[in-house]
Formats: sequence, structure tokens, C-alpha cells
Amino acid sequence: MKPLQPSDWDRIAITEKFQQLLREKRRFVIPATLFFIVYYFALPVLVGYFPRFMSRRVLGPLNIAYVFALSQFAMAWTIAWLYVRAAERFDKLALQLKNDGESR
Amino acid sequence: MTIALAMFLGFVALTLAITAWAAGRSSGSVSYFAAGRRITAWQNGLAVAGDYMSAASFLGIAGLIAFNGYDGFMYSVGWLVAYLTVLLIVAEPLRNAGKYTMADVLAYRLNPRPVRAMASLSTLTVSTFYMIAQMVGAGALVSLLLKDSGIDFRTAVIGVGALMIIYVVFGGMLATTWVQIVKAVLLMAGTILLSLLVLAHFGFSFAEFFNQVTNVRYHQNGVEVTRNFLEPGLRYRPPYGALDLISLGLALILGTAGLPHILVRFYTVPDARTARMSVVWAMAIIGTFYVMTTFLGFGAATIVGRDHIAANGGINMSAPLLAKALGGDVFFSFISAVAFATILAVVAGLTISASTSFAHDFWTNVVHRGVERSPGEEVRVARITACVVGVVSIAIAILLGPGANVAFLVGLAFAVAASANLPVILLSLFWRRFNTTGAVCGLGAGLASSIGLILVSPSVRGPGAPFPLDNPGIVSIPVGFLAAWLASLMTRDTSSEQKFSELLVRANTGLGAEKAERV
Repeated sequence: MKPLQPSDWDRIAITEKFQQLLREKRRFVIPATLFFIVYYFALPVLVGYFPRFMSRRVLGPLNIAYVFALSQFAMAWTIAWLYVRAAERFDKLALQLKNDGESR
Repeated sequence: MTIALAMFLGFVALTLAITAWAAGRSSGSVSYFAAGRRITAWQNGLAVAGDYMSAASFLGIAGLIAFNGYDGFMYSVGWLVAYLTVLLIVAEPLRNAGKYTMADVLAYRLNPRPVRAMASLSTLTVSTFYMIAQMVGAGALVSLLLKDSGIDFRTAVIGVGALMIIYVVFGGMLATTWVQIVKAVLLMAGTILLSLLVLAHFGFSFAEFFNQVTNVRYHQNGVEVTRNFLEPGLRYRPPYGALDLISLGLALILGTAGLPHILVRFYTVPDARTARMSVVWAMAIIGTFYVMTTFLGFGAATIVGRDHIAANGGINMSAPLLAKALGGDVFFSFISAVAFATILAVVAGLTISASTSFAHDFWTNVVHRGVERSPGEEVRVARITACVVGVVSIAIAILLGPGANVAFLVGLAFAVAASANLPVILLSLFWRRFNTTGAVCGLGAGLASSIGLILVSPSVRGPGAPFPLDNPGIVSIPVGFLAAWLASLMTRDTSSEQKFSELLVRANTGLGAEKAERV
């Protein structure tokens, strides 16, 4: 295989398949990132500015602040799991593009 | 205290055996810097977790929760969520487009020499601060735990430094990775056992445990007080508490994805998919660990008590003292040995990332313009750098002494990583218009503003400091991004725009990515 020339990269970049890969990735990664950032920063903002509200008990001795903090772990693991599932699709497209590129 | 010494020596013997094994298999640059890129997903997941869960986590967070209740637990949360940034944005493109260091990804599009020089400076800064923090911690811990065996602070620091130099110089990345894996397994085992003992203490009743946590008694200024440790506000209070929490969150969420010793781990796996799965493994392990800090921290607060901890070695001894209260001297020795293994593994990880960056970025690519003048030169330079980094850190740690404020050094590392490294990594991967001037200014401004603000913060100047927050991220991170953005807009560099397509295709498809070594 001869090394890829600068023009080859540009050619691949404008193919429909590559654009589709980028679109699909963005469709998952951008909303997922926005969601986790908002969800995470809600914690210090609420704890910092509304400590009274966050101290309200909801589950026996447990208050909103602690339950919300625990839910962050579940949130992180869920997003990771959803991403792994979505990424299987990205991998298929990426592999096709990689094989096309290598077998020019 | 001889049991502690014996357990610790056992760990040292095991890691030296790993080093000898790795040294026998290691040949060539890919092998030395990236373990031949043949580490599997679960192995790398454990290694990432091992690199990440430093003494600051095991001793530091347990202590923060034991003393500050809920506000301490806030740290645990951020430390896991940060990995979503690594998973979703950084790990795979980095593996696809880079070779050994973070700067490889930047160098694709930009003028390699200035960018690598700055990136290398920032890597060395982050690693050195982080490392000195760990060494001071190790020295203080050992001189406290093994004080009957005649080992003092200075001897302990020199011992840790010497071991870490041996791992890195002889065993390279392969040995460092396996030392991390062994340490991560030990740390998880110790944490799970300790958590189970805490629960057993309360008859395996969560209700009883949390009821106790809502009524913690201790002395404050000579007066006995009762506090609900699940309520926020014990550490972060108005007027600046909320801002400080948000600022800390920013540094964690954005800094983790810019820590050089974490990023280099993704070059040790065969491909981007394995890099992704290794982050998932790491998240499972790290998350489980930080959930359990609930039992470690609150357990220490309720079972041992703040007063007793303060009188017996202070906040960082919370977890070991809890082990002593629940499992006697043998368990205390085991937990102490685990804490020490933790520190030792982390400093080895930091040393190899610092020396890789110096040898690969600075020596080969900046000084000699990308040409290795003789075979094996890069590895040789890295080995020499590892010795220098080790000796310098030993010297600084001894000069600072056991009383140095460790938390501020670790905070600095995260703040620098978030303010200097992450903006340029993100802009270089996602913004076509980004250029060399932007990268150099972003790295420089992020580095200078985060260090500058820490120097005038309360953790250095005490109460009434010119800058009111302990965590500079909320100011220095925007400064890093803004500098990179504005400097790019003010200059035009068509070649870096033309090469954007190449980086985009490489990062997203893995076309032309570095391959694993064949057996």
C-alpha cells in the first residue's frame, strides 16, 4: 500500500459515507455531552445555592442532596452503556471507510 | 508494625518481579513507550483506574468525607462523571491519530515544534506537581505507619523515588501498566473488605448506618456538636462556597481528559474500539470505588470519630484508622500497605508519561526536528529523563517536607490540565480554523493563569487571599479557551486548515492509525 496523499484525505472527507459517520456520531455525542454537563452541574449549583431544599429528607434518613449525588453514578454508567451500543454502528461505518481507504 | 513492613515488602517484591519480566520482553520504542499496544480492554481499564485512584482518592476523599460529610462526597461524584468526557470526546480520536503523547494529535495540523515544546512543558508541569504531591503523601504516610521500624520521612521518599525509577527505566510502559493493574486489584479488594466490615458493624442495616450518619458527634473549638453529615455546607459555605464547588467541578470534568498520564494509556491498546471499552471498564471500577467512599468516609466519621482521627495522625489517616478499629492490627497493616502501593504505582505512571513527553516531543521532535539520529535514542533519552525526574521530585519533596499542602498540588495538576491541555485538544480536533498561534497562546495562557491564581488563592495565602476560591478553574479554563480562540482568529494559517480533513478522517475512522506490535 502506498502512503495516502493529502488529496486522498480530502477525497474521503467529502464522501457521503464519511459525512454520514460524522452526522451519526454528532447526533449521539452532542446531546449526550450537553445532557451530562447540565445534569452534573445541577448538583453543585443546587447544593451551593439551595442547601435548605437539598437537605429535605426523601428516603428515611436520606435527603435530596445525597440521592441526587448517587443518581450521578447511575447517570454516568447509563450514558456509557448507551454510547457503547451506539458506537457499534459507528464502528461498522468506520471500518468500511478504513477498508476502502486502505485498498485504494 | 512489622506486619505492615512485611506486607509492603511483599508488594515491592512482586512489582520488581513484574519489572524483571517486562524488561526481558521489552525491545524498541513501541514496546517501551506503549507496551507494544497489546494491552487488552479490561487490563487497560484496571490500569487507567490504577493511575487515577491516587493517594488523594483513597486517603484524601475518605478523610474529606469523615471530616466534612456530604461536601467531601461531592468530590467522589465529579471524579467519576469526568470519565464521560474521556469516553465521548477524547479517548478514541487520540488513539486513532496519535503515537505516544497528547502532542502527537496537535502536531498533525499545526507547526510541530512550537506546539510540541509548549505541550511538553505543560505535561512536565502537570506531572511534576502531581508527583511531588504523591511523594510528600507517601513520605508522611510511611513515617507515620512504620515509625517503630526506624524509617523516617526522608528515607521513605528516597525509597519511593528509587523504586519508581527502577520500574520505569527497566520495565517501561509494560511494567508500569502491570504495576497499576496489581495495585488496582489490591485497592479494590481492600476497599470492598473495609466497606463490608463497616456494614457488618451496623448489622448490615443501611437504615441503621445512615441514621448514625445523620447524628455525628465531635468537638469543635472545645464544644461538643452534633451534625447531620448528609447535609451539605460543612465545608463549602457562603459567600464563595457555591462558586468554589462549581469551579472544582469544572476542573475535574475538563481536567481528567487532559491529564497526560491518563491519556498515554490509550496508546497501549490495539485500536480505538479497545480504547473505548477500556474507558468503560475503568468507569465500572472507578464508579464502584467512589460509591464505596460512602462507607469509608461516613464509616470513619461514625465508628472512629473526628476527634480520634484528629488526635491520631490527622485527616489523611481516616481510612487506615477505620481499618484498625474494625479489623485490628493485621487489617490496619494491610490497608496501609495498599495505600502505599497506590502511591508507588501512581508515581511510576506519572514518571513514564513525563519522560515519554520529554523524549518524544521535546528531544526528538523539537530539538532534532523529528529525526531519531540513532536507533533507540528516544528510549535512551526517556530513561535518562525518568532518572532526572525521579531525583528532582525526591529533592523537592524532601525540601517541602511532610507538612506540605498536598491537596493544593493535586488541585493545581487538574487545573493546569483543564485550562491548558484540554482547550487545545478539543479545538484541534473539532475546529477547522484553529492554528499554531492559537495552540501556543492557549497552552501558555491556561498554564500561566491556573498557576498564577493558585499562588494567590486561600490554599497558599490563607484566609483573605486576593483570589477568594481554592479552585481556579472557573476563571482559568475560560482564559485558556479564549486565548486559543482569539489568537487563532487574529492569525491565518491555511496549511493547518487544509490538514483538518486529514485529522478528521484519521480521528474518526482509524485509517492510518498506529498498529499493535506482532508477537
